[in-house]
Amino acid sequence: MSLAEPAALPVATSAAPRLHVLKRFAAGFKASLPAYLLLLPSLIFLALFTYGAMGRVFIDALYQRTTPKAPVRFVGLDNVSAVLADPAFTGAVVNNLIYAVGTAIPSIGLALLFALALARTNAVTSALRAALFLPVLIPMVAASALFLFIFLPNVGLLDYNIGRLLPVLPNWLGDPDIALSAIMVITIWKNAGYYMLFFLAGLQAVPEDVMEAAHLDGAGPFQRLRYIILPELKPTFLFVTVIATLNAVTQVDHVFVLTQGGPSNSTNLVLFYIYQQAVEHYDVGKASAATLLTLAALMGLTALSFRTLANREGGP
Amino acid sequence: MNLIDRLFRDAPLATRREITPKLGFVLTVLLALVWLIPFLWMGVATLRPASDGINLMAELMPSLKPTLDNIRDAWEIGDFPRYTLNTTIICTGILLVQFVTITLAGFAFARLAFAGKTLIFYLFLMQLMLVPVLLIVPNLSLIAQLGLYDTLTGVMMPFFASAFGTFLMRQAFEAIPTELEDAALIDGAGLFQRIRHIYVPLSLPSFSAFAIISVTSHWNDFLWPLMVINSPDKRPLTVGLSVFTKTAEGTQAWGTIAAGTLMVIAPLLVTFLIFQKRFISSFVTSGIK
Repeated sequence: MSLAEPAALPVATSAAPRLHVLKRFAAGFKASLPAYLLLLPSLIFLALFTYGAMGRVFIDALYQRTTPKAPVRFVGLDNVSAVLADPAFTGAVVNNLIYAVGTAIPSIGLALLFALALARTNAVTSALRAALFLPVLIPMVAASALFLFIFLPNVGLLDYNIGRLLPVLPNWLGDPDIALSAIMVITIWKNAGYYMLFFLAGLQAVPEDVMEAAHLDGAGPFQRLRYIILPELKPTFLFVTVIATLNAVTQVDHVFVLTQGGPSNSTNLVLFYIYQQAVEHYDVGKASAATLLTLAALMGLTALSFRTLANREGGP
Repeated sequence: MNLIDRLFRDAPLATRREITPKLGFVLTVLLALVWLIPFLWMGVATLRPASDGINLMAELMPSLKPTLDNIRDAWEIGDFPRYTLNTTIICTGILLVQFVTITLAGFAFARLAFAGKTLIFYLFLMQLMLVPVLLIVPNLSLIAQLGLYDTLTGVMMPFFASAFGTFLMRQAFEAIPTELEDAALIDGAGLFQRIRHIYVPLSLPSFSAFAIISVTSHWNDFLWPLMVINSPDKRPLTVGLSVFTKTAEGTQAWGTIAAGTLMVIAPLLVTFLIFQKRFISSFVTSGIK
């Protein structure tokens, strides 16, 4: 004891602040422990399937593995350059861009029209809202099964009822020039009613006194739409555009059911390409590289969506 | 939530009285009818006897001799009872685990102070930003490594934690007056007792909103189960329907395809028609699923 004490003293003086920090940290951790335990179940799954997945995409993209049992070989950025040089991938990117713009603009435009027309709440508008919202609820696979018959050449719903008026009957899903547009119609049908909800919500926020004042000042309906309502809906537009773009990259079930990316890759979209590389060609490296590129491209957008979400009143 | 309450109020008087042009309303009515055509065809084709032949398949006028044969055929060919069971197991399994994870995490964010709270909050937010659908490739290999390939658990597992659900519950729990918890605390209630007897019962509307979003999205999910499931008897409805459609397409059995589609979407459709308001407000809440 008497020997240890003098020896312990100098140590204690120099380590005292550090010990204090550690103690405070330990106390902080102890106080936080209940919270950590409550968060643990969620964090385990998030770590496995979100953060871990993100890390594994990075790593997998650096290796070559063409069959499930083939030895894994480090190839650096070869997969990335192989994907960028693959005409199927660049084609899918171009298709996806056309698809994104070609579905977002019409479905958002229609959604705005629907919301303006159905802003008043009564039995009729409720029924119309429900009718327009129904496609949102059904799986894309079921929608595809229905549109399979709609687009069927000659005897299908479209050709049988109105296609006969056309000089030449197109093969809606079989013609490389038309197939992507046909696929886009399904998406517009499915999403417009969803975006309508956000515009309906946005319209409720238009200040009534400003509308009345403009009315008294003699502003016509179109002037009020142009100068009051549309500016007021700007956050909604931004928000819906972000969702529409994300949907354009993540909704591909109709491609699986209807066209398998064909004819001649005309309906191949990025996510379908990723699936093909991973599941059909067992090329996890290339699939990961394509995933990585897509994620990188979406980063800016998701950051934007994050900001939109944060700014949206009452949003999640 | 402010946004939802507003949705079911009328738009400002001046907006609804005059901004909606008559022409726009008429156009919307027409488009709503067009929107319903695929559903209408599905119903009519399901009840049409095969004897009407392929040429009448595209008639939207119902047949005068309706039949339930198509439904029976689809039910037998497609093994829809099994698919329905699998989908039900998947949706229920995901939801039950999610209820536990989001309640615990939501409570921690709403009521507890802890070191690194902001950092962990951002970690949760990241899940919303990462577009989970794109992470199917690494997640499939993880599921395989865990020995869960071709199992329903493998289909469910990536969705056991939900950032969206956590935020929803956090918001709901924050709205509950602390006095209630303090009273329970004085009575000697433990942490879990307080969660169970105060926070959960008072947040039922949020739980039901989350349940609607969760079940709808997983009922409709296709790509992920397609990748995880290999055995025909483990297919969920969506994967089953796509295989069924492919088979029936070859034989031109459009009535059976319509019947199969009807069976897949009927449960959600019926639930929606009963709980319309709830569904719509949940979807507005969800924003990004």
